[in-house]
Amino acid sequence: MIRVILAELRKLKRRTLSLSTLASVTALTGLFTWLVYFRINEPENTRRGEHISAADLSGQVGLVYGFKLVAFLLGITALCVFASQTAQEYTFGTLRNLLVRQPSRMKILLGKLISMKIFALVMVSLSAAISIAVSYAMSGTAKVDTTDWSTSSAYQLLGRTFVNVMISTVGYGIFGMILGLLFRSPISSIAIGVLWFLIIDNLFANFLTSSAKWLPGQNLFNVSEGGTPIMSYQHSLIVSLFYLVGGLGIVAILFKRRDVAN
Amino acid sequence: MNNLAISTKELTKIYGERKALNHAVFEVPMGTICGFVGPNGSGKTTTIRMLLGLISPSSGTATVLDENITHPEKYLPKVGALIEGPAFYPALSGRENLRVLADLGGYSVERVDELLVQVGLGDRGHSKFKTYSLGMKQRLGIAAALLPNPQLLILDEPTNGLDPSGIQEIRELLRTLAASGTTVFVSSHLLSELEMIAEYLVMLREGNVIFAGHTEDLLSAAQPIVIAKPEHAKDLDRLAEIAKASGHDSRVIGEELHIKGPAEWSPVLNRMAFEAGITLASIAAIRPTLEETFFEMTEEKK
Repeated sequence: MIRVILAELRKLKRRTLSLSTLASVTALTGLFTWLVYFRINEPENTRRGEHISAADLSGQVGLVYGFKLVAFLLGITALCVFASQTAQEYTFGTLRNLLVRQPSRMKILLGKLISMKIFALVMVSLSAAISIAVSYAMSGTAKVDTTDWSTSSAYQLLGRTFVNVMISTVGYGIFGMILGLLFRSPISSIAIGVLWFLIIDNLFANFLTSSAKWLPGQNLFNVSEGGTPIMSYQHSLIVSLFYLVGGLGIVAILFKRRDVAN
Repeated sequence: MNNLAISTKELTKIYGERKALNHAVFEVPMGTICGFVGPNGSGKTTTIRMLLGLISPSSGTATVLDENITHPEKYLPKVGALIEGPAFYPALSGRENLRVLADLGGYSVERVDELLVQVGLGDRGHSKFKTYSLGMKQRLGIAAALLPNPQLLILDEPTNGLDPSGIQEIRELLRTLAASGTTVFVSSHLLSELEMIAEYLVMLREGNVIFAGHTEDLLSAAQPIVIAKPEHAKDLDRLAEIAKASGHDSRVIGEELHIKGPAEWSPVLNRMAFEAGITLASIAAIRPTLEETFFEMTEEKK
């Protein structure tokens, strides 16, 4: 298993993938966090027309606000990376090389999953660090008091948020992996995944509100938020796990049994 | 332990209504170079995929290095393979690509550099795979196959894209490997190359094994050919009629007539042609090459 993880990390380490992904994460996190502080006096300065004030950000939530804002984009990035890393083995024809050197298909699958989780961990950690750094840097200009950010309860909130964003990011990534294994094409799996989570999932949630509690995108997002009064964290965690375990189980069986003919 | 590197028993693969491989039975002795030939679509790659555990047989079974193909994990660490051309990650260098496989198989990183030198990529190991020529990609594929220092090497068209000197290098490499005890199972369309190196041969046609045995046995059993070239090309048809009247099939290839018949029959043909007023510019009896035998057996026209 360790050997599969090392081999997969070697692929993920390649500069075109790792640097471009981490640079995008840095830029997006920096931009989103900066915009929150930059537009702090605007009447509608955050998502969906909500307003967040300097007083709000002066509380513990200020430490993680920017980080939580980019959680969804981290998830979509993970979905793309997981999907492409899985599906490209079929399009490049490299899966047959992997299986000749490591015939246990389950080890290949698990090794891929663990290595991509490590990649997601780096991505989420970087995002958290950038967001906190930008928040501190902008707090002076935006007249946000950061005293509460250094309390132990603020650190606990940061820890909880980090875990929630990590779970959500890996969740989106696993969806990407499932799609990659099903469609065996990076373009198709990424297109379908992004289309679902950016558009279809939200359309259902808005026009068929009763479905929102059971939609994978809504629940993964709710996990990253730590739950809302409308949908509890526990509910979203269980629904997300149900989708992920079910989906992974199905593709694992397919991956184990399917002929590798390309 | 028996002395067989590969042994198939009624191995069959069916895709829908099509039998890609039909009750194949053949054996490959340990330590030999075995050629695996057949026209496109005859089932060679399907067989190789089954031997490597990539696809499951519809029925029948096989053993590789004495282990059943239902447990590829037991024999694949001792097998090197190049299947359907080299497949690597375009954005990684040749060296990094081999390191991925070395990590996976638990082989030392030093082995990667040794192999790059061995296949003539020592100075291009750092270049991205996508910048390689077809020949260089093929060399990298061969290096990957050699990574485990294999007891059995399975190569699917290893000389594709190689220039004549590259082909010669691969031929020598395979001979060296076989001399050191490695069994080489190689499919190729370059039958003249296989004739030079393969002591054993498995031939497929439309999913059926039509020959499995020593190359020498195949070639010596093939009917010899008498090649006659009349002074005037217009006499080719009359010469063919003379051969037919004597019970020998023939076909015109260029300005020559290729007649199936033993070498001892050449003087008879020469005399009959002379009596019919045909002057032969040349006449020779030859043993068919592997290529000619292959076409004969697979009923393919050149």
